Amino acid sequence: MKRANPNPNANRNILILTYVILGAFFGLMVYFCHFLFKEREGVMNNSYNARLESFSERVVRGRILSSDGQALAQTEVGANGEELRVYPFGSLFSHVVGHSTKGKTGLESLGNFYLLSSHGNLLEEIFHGLADQKSQGDDVITTLDVGLQHTAYLALGERKGAVVAIEPGTGKILAMVSKPDYDPNPASLDAAWEMLISSDNDQGQLLNRASQGLYPPGSIFKIVTILEAMRENPEGYLDVHFDCSGVFQEGPYSIRCYQSTAHGSQNLGQAFANSCNGAFASLGLTLDQESMGQLTRQLLFHTELPLSIPYSKSSYNVAAVGSLMERLAASAGGDPLALTDGEVSQWEVLQSSIGQGKTLVSPIHFAMITSAIANGGILMKPYLIDRVQNEAGEEVRKFLPESYGSLMTAEESGKLNDLMVQVVTEGTGSALRDAPYQAAGKTGSAEFETGKETHAWFTGYAPAEDPKIAVTVIVEEGGSGGRTAAPVARAMFDQYLLR
Amino acid sequence: MILLIACYTFFNFRFFAYPDMERKQLMCARQNQAMFLIHLLAYLIIYLKTEDPRVLLFYGAQVIFFLAYIYLYRLFYRNVSRLLVNNACLLMCVGLIILTRISFDRAVRQFVVLAAAAVLTWLIPFIIDHVWQLSRIGWFYGAVGLALLALVWILGTTTFGAQLSLEIKGVSFQPSEFVKITFVFFVAAMFYRSTDFRTVAATTAVAAFHVLILVASKDLGGGLLFFITYLFMLFIATSKWMYLGGGILAGGGAAFLAYQIFPHVQTRVTAWADPWADIDNRGYQITQSLFAIGTGGWFGLGLYQGMPYKIPVVEKDFIFAAISEELGGIFALCILLICIGCFLQFMMIAGSMQAVFFKLIAFGLGVVYITQVFLTVGGVTKFIPSTGVTLPFVSYGGSSILSTFILFNIIQGLYILKRNEEEDDEEG
Repeated sequence: MKRANPNPNANRNILILTYVILGAFFGLMVYFCHFLFKEREGVMNNSYNARLESFSERVVRGRILSSDGQALAQTEVGANGEELRVYPFGSLFSHVVGHSTKGKTGLESLGNFYLLSSHGNLLEEIFHGLADQKSQGDDVITTLDVGLQHTAYLALGERKGAVVAIEPGTGKILAMVSKPDYDPNPASLDAAWEMLISSDNDQGQLLNRASQGLYPPGSIFKIVTILEAMRENPEGYLDVHFDCSGVFQEGPYSIRCYQSTAHGSQNLGQAFANSCNGAFASLGLTLDQESMGQLTRQLLFHTELPLSIPYSKSSYNVAAVGSLMERLAASAGGDPLALTDGEVSQWEVLQSSIGQGKTLVSPIHFAMITSAIANGGILMKPYLIDRVQNEAGEEVRKFLPESYGSLMTAEESGKLNDLMVQVVTEGTGSALRDAPYQAAGKTGSAEFETGKETHAWFTGYAPAEDPKIAVTVIVEEGGSGGRTAAPVARAMFDQYLLR
Repeated sequence: MILLIACYTFFNFRFFAYPDMERKQLMCARQNQAMFLIHLLAYLIIYLKTEDPRVLLFYGAQVIFFLAYIYLYRLFYRNVSRLLVNNACLLMCVGLIILTRISFDRAVRQFVVLAAAAVLTWLIPFIIDHVWQLSRIGWFYGAVGLALLALVWILGTTTFGAQLSLEIKGVSFQPSEFVKITFVFFVAAMFYRSTDFRTVAATTAVAAFHVLILVASKDLGGGLLFFITYLFMLFIATSKWMYLGGGILAGGGAAFLAYQIFPHVQTRVTAWADPWADIDNRGYQITQSLFAIGTGGWFGLGLYQGMPYKIPVVEKDFIFAAISEELGGIFALCILLICIGCFLQFMMIAGSMQAVFFKLIAFGLGVVYITQVFLTVGGVTKFIPSTGVTLPFVSYGGSSILSTFILFNIIQGLYILKRNEEEDDEEG
């Protein structure tokens, strides 16, 4: 029956195809490992994953701790095994730590998986399993600083607004306060819930304004405008002179400085320090709007932010952004202001150069831009969870700072630094002038509704020569940024740098 | 348990490295020990969790079965490939463990089929060894295969959007599982006779007909399986790159057409591309599977700690996800490696075969086997779109088990044949 093999190549070809198939399997296995290494946690934390809930039948939810180990959230187990989630600081951390009854928000949601995983002693685990006892879940150690959070909380007081503090060199979020707030402790939350979610409630206590609030940036946006001027005219941008009479007239339009203050004759650096609207509006008319649009995208407007908590995307005055086609598309969408009509767009340019018009930003986004300026142009991804440790305090997981990339060159950030120092030494940042450290920053007073007080902004960092902390403050209807928001930042810097 | 499976897998590949018989035997003996330990541990856990005395009984029956299978096989056929027997047993053993955990009744049914199939297919190596007219009746295989497929297409019951099974007196039965084997025999017999253009054309026509019927019954995984198998066998038989390249082009074109024509295909592809977008509906199965694998992680949640029943059809197509969830990613990878080990063994047997007919059969069946593994594991892990193919020896399903047994035993028969010949040569 043996017939000589008529095809001598058969074995070689079998070998080739075997390698092909092995290659396919190799790809499959690499993919499988990649999934287990990288994508696993994202998938697991998905709210559709019913498996996580089942963890809580075996594991007592772990604690959420501040960077120095104080409990921000912990589970107390009663004599009969009933569990109660307790937030010892009440409403101090209400948004950033979040709540775990009535859905999960903030860190309770972000760290859900870690809190419900237990990495205890193996023997103990087995013992617990056999005795039908629950294991203690891992603790999540955050980057939050209780003192700083407390300072921001007190400084905002009863006013609405938000404060974000980031360590520029690492991206650690040191504090995040949003007002008004609520008490996340289950009993109080239950009692207040109906009121909180009622459609008559226009206070938005549940909203984390620091990341989800969108506000007109006002004069803090001049950081972006001046960066564009710097790029278009690297040598001479500071030599542009402007004579301010308090009102800038351009055709039928007039742009007023805050409280119509006349700043007199000044160069661009002085205009930045004094936050002169007229100077920036006229500067805006000279800038290339196409490239301005590109710059805002580079600074993460209209872009997903590298954040793992819910946030709102910032937008730059839509009509001024992008190509003619986009504008036409926008106007087809029924937005008459977006028309490319010369007069309308000129008004928009005047407005957007000083951070008014339709431009909207979230406080955390500006904190990120500010910390990038403080960090030589490189944005470190902001993060809240520093590490995870088991009940015995052994580290289970450590999160290291990650770079997002450059938002601007080191040279540009250096120049912006000089300008922002000038704001403090001779301009609107006077609240920080006599501090024992050198701060840098920019104030803003953003109009949002005729007849109402402006929103007060401050964004900055300190010490200017070696930034340790970047802070962005917004006080809703707080009036002048220099008078209302800058002192909040001052209190934060004092607390962090002088303690 | 993870450690044990890792040891087992290690021995599996170690086996290839040793040239001398004695050490190979030692490896196999160790493999047996590892397998029985895994088995014991798993059932101990199951018993502790369920405290159902039936589990102990069931365990006992399985141990007897595995022991009998391993030892009787060796007694009856002296030159058996122990490695293949071991691997088959291990895969069955893991399948039974995870099935018992999901549904005791199904596991028992699976076991009954398993035992019956083992006895039935016992004779196959003997037949291979003694009846060599098998290569004469090429058209017969083709006709039987087509007839079976056509029958299903006309009369079959529809499950999960595909017509796969026939129901005879309440027992459902999936002919396509067996047609895989007749198909390989058919192609091998045809190419054994001749590889001139006419034969190739005729064979291709019949093969295409197989694939078309399967596609018409909406069994895409099956269609793909047959297509790949045929293409590879054609290439081995003729050594013509042109056939391989042309086939791949034609296959790509056909796949594109299928995507355009069948909504069923589009659903699977969109569910694969972005399952998260439609998580409640089309993406449900694959995302549940990913949740299972992701939550299980490297080390698994442990038996009875996960929620495998959340995944639709977990006991069949998605059993790999259940294994990964409860026994761990490492365990699942080891299973994958063991499957690859089986495949390598098949290929080595194919390479050592002198007769073209047997060479082609060994190769074809090996490709059928490994393609099936690839399609199911790839589908479960979202590496490729899910095609609805079972994992041989592990998944629940009588037809699948029986056909896999036949497949393994045919290869086993070829191996024995070869070894017997070698011994004859040595003696002569």
